[in-house]
Amino acid sequence: MTLVKTNIGRRAFIKNTSLAGGGLILGFSWLNSCKPKQAAEMAAIEMPKEWFDINAYLKIGDNGVVTIQCPNPEFGQGVMTSMPMIVAEELDIAWKDVLVEQAPFNAELYGNQFTGGSRGIMSRWAGLRMAGATARQMLLEAAAHAWQVPANEITTADGVLSHEASGKKAGYGEMASAASQITVPEEVPLKAVKDFKIISRSKKNIEGDKIVTGKPLFGIDYQYEGALIAMAAHPPAFGMKLKSFDGSSIINMPGIVDVFEINTYEEGYEQNYFDTNTFTNLVVIVGKTTWEVMNAKKALKVEWEPFSESTFNMNMFGNKREVTIPSGLESTEMHNAKMAEYASKPGREVRKDGNPDAAFKNAAKVIERSYSCPFLAHNCMEPMNFFAHVTEDSAKLAGPLQAPGFIEGTLSARLGLPVEKIDIEMTRMGGGFGRRAYAHYAVEAAVISKHVKAPVKLVYNREDDMTFGIFRPSYHATYKAALDENNNLIAFHVKAGGIPETPLFANRFPAGAVDNYLAESWEINSNITVGAFRAPRSNFMAGVENSFLDEVAEVAGKDPIQFRLDLLLRAKDNPVGDNNDYEAERYAGVLKLVRDKSNWQNNIDGKYRGVSAYFCHNSYAAHVLDIVMEDGKPKVENVVCAIDCGVVVNPDAATNMAEGAIVDGVGNALYGGLTFKDGSTVQSNFDTYRIIRHSEAPKNIDVHFVENEINPTGLGEPPFPPVLGALANALYKATGKRHYEQPFAVERRIVG
Amino acid sequence: MADFNLNINGKTQKVEVDPNTPMLWVLRDHMKLVGTKFGCGIAQCGACTIHLGDTAVRSCQLPVSAVGEQQITTIEGLSENGDHPVQKAWLEVDVPQCGYCQAGQIMTASALLKSNPNPTDTEIESAMNGNICRCGTYTRIKKAVKMAAANSANL
Repeated sequence: MTLVKTNIGRRAFIKNTSLAGGGLILGFSWLNSCKPKQAAEMAAIEMPKEWFDINAYLKIGDNGVVTIQCPNPEFGQGVMTSMPMIVAEELDIAWKDVLVEQAPFNAELYGNQFTGGSRGIMSRWAGLRMAGATARQMLLEAAAHAWQVPANEITTADGVLSHEASGKKAGYGEMASAASQITVPEEVPLKAVKDFKIISRSKKNIEGDKIVTGKPLFGIDYQYEGALIAMAAHPPAFGMKLKSFDGSSIINMPGIVDVFEINTYEEGYEQNYFDTNTFTNLVVIVGKTTWEVMNAKKALKVEWEPFSESTFNMNMFGNKREVTIPSGLESTEMHNAKMAEYASKPGREVRKDGNPDAAFKNAAKVIERSYSCPFLAHNCMEPMNFFAHVTEDSAKLAGPLQAPGFIEGTLSARLGLPVEKIDIEMTRMGGGFGRRAYAHYAVEAAVISKHVKAPVKLVYNREDDMTFGIFRPSYHATYKAALDENNNLIAFHVKAGGIPETPLFANRFPAGAVDNYLAESWEINSNITVGAFRAPRSNFMAGVENSFLDEVAEVAGKDPIQFRLDLLLRAKDNPVGDNNDYEAERYAGVLKLVRDKSNWQNNIDGKYRGVSAYFCHNSYAAHVLDIVMEDGKPKVENVVCAIDCGVVVNPDAATNMAEGAIVDGVGNALYGGLTFKDGSTVQSNFDTYRIIRHSEAPKNIDVHFVENEINPTGLGEPPFPPVLGALANALYKATGKRHYEQPFAVERRIVG
Repeated sequence: MADFNLNINGKTQKVEVDPNTPMLWVLRDHMKLVGTKFGCGIAQCGACTIHLGDTAVRSCQLPVSAVGEQQITTIEGLSENGDHPVQKAWLEVDVPQCGYCQAGQIMTASALLKSNPNPTDTEIESAMNGNICRCGTYTRIKKAVKMAAANSANL
């Protein structure tokens, strides 16, 4: 047991307590706005007659049932289950007595309600434990007062307070009213990891029932009386803008209400980092039903024209800069030629250890390889959409988004409304992968609603979703390694760049493990908008670094796992430089675990194995991937995965997410790619953009977690990036061919 | 515009729409049955899968005028209490991540098991290949289909 100060998220506790100071409150207004029916539909839990708000994260019913708010939006990473598990653990309630609601967007109560960067559990861990522990302490004190016994003699278990000496017992429900009026304690005890009863014990997805029965959960399902449907036409190519349109051509089509243009941002607007948006001038069609609006959109007569170079101001979390949008209609061919050109020149030096020049000159062997990857579209299964009802003095919005806190200010500026007048409801998201951190579509919906003076749901069709931009950038990396006559790695050089950003992480492995090290970087500007895509930059660097290390190990005549372990041992015992991002021992830990679990030493006939390991988002992941040849074609048979992300809150759900990350990695390595011609994406729907399917997925995946008591770190992203390297290395074993350009299946159609 | 009397989830329902309107939008916009999902609009992703009679079809490519007397079943009507063997297996295996594609996956899987109660791995892969899961829950989906098949056989 540890005593901790209740400083994290204390505002949420105090604010609510002062509100609840009058006594018994039957739920706040914000709870009423949050789908009140939802809780009643959940499971077969008997609902209480009265609820007592303890703090912003939880309320306790008179019958002992507890409703816990999930502060972060859900896009499939399982926070609606795992975050309440953390609260319930410290509250010491039985999981069967817990109901869960998605918290409203309220930065004052819940801080940064951001889903992304694999930061959810990591950043909420302390606060959620405190929310539960504080409530437990208040219940203890209420019981101590009622029973006239010292609070420290009272124990709790599964929602029951007990005082052994007097034999007194009470359920949380009986003490909830009194507890809701107790002053928030300054200090509360937290459980020791060994005493956890809910955390690290798998719980089923709290919304599973609703998902398998088709209940309205997602933004696109949002229903609102009198809501119209809107769709927007955007330029068909990057580098183009709206010239003119003829609304009269479609205004008389069935169900069409209005056709007009909007500017998502006003001229001179200073964009924040998540306001990324190429197409800010759109033609909007508003109508009564989706099908009617889709038909009108197809029939719309609109002309587009090339734009000239322009600039806008960006405020990147206080760091202001001017961003240039170049003109021109770009193509993949042009991108690849430019990347090859930049890669052939010296880059911008980011890190240098020792004397790489001399080491390469004196090397016995030098290995140099270059790698590239294309742009990727996120392709969330639920296309972008948002509901908005904007009136003269308020705005109500609802829909799927990862970062409501970032779009609130944008909405406020665009609508001329103070943030207090803007209500954003976070719906469940049909995937996110980073795309929904850029919620320009919410602003579009709001501007449309304001224009037509009606509630509106803006819906992107798949083509809109896939071609509007905010893609994973196209990257390139050149690696060079020097071996001495004893096959020791004596120098390492990485030069990485991309369009329009560099993927380089100069301080990641093998930095710190090699005496002579050089990292260089370059960028090529573009008018194609990019943004975070599951494990940004790592999603390229991990795969290619691990492919390269595999080649170096082979030339050095070493086992690829032992080769990495030797380097990691060096980095642990005698690191080069003092700015290395990773903990060498934990890195080696996942490699050792995956070596054991995959029986790495036992090479099985007919199976071709590749290994890979990476550190990103504060966690470590390693994979061993097995390929078998079926009818002369390689198939991914099995993947063994080892992850160190500290304490795992919900192991089976965490396993599910790692399995998904592995499938996603295999899919993107083999098939993922968005290419450009004349500024347009060549792919615009799933007939041309290939997403991995059932028959192409690994047949079996085994996920193992390193058991430790370290506070949880990221999980949604870390298992994804290294898969691409494990696959490339296994393919080499199976086919004898190294893969340097993603997607592999397009480079040479050998995997099917 | 024309009137259609549709048999949806065991109930006859009247709707006045353009005859070309896909069932997907009749269900979602007119019947407020939003469990059937819009994913691609070109029958490539399977998110909009429903049953026409006993057959799994992509409702985004099924004009309302082509339905006639045939029975339509959506995820909302697959079982009364969410206890179809496929739904139960989905919960037991805890398949969903984001959940958006899962109604379509379940509708395809339940149609498969109706016509082929004990499918092989290859038959499962083949039947399910038209349903994309962007979260990558494929290994769990296969496990759940097998579990549903086994549990149905024991009924």
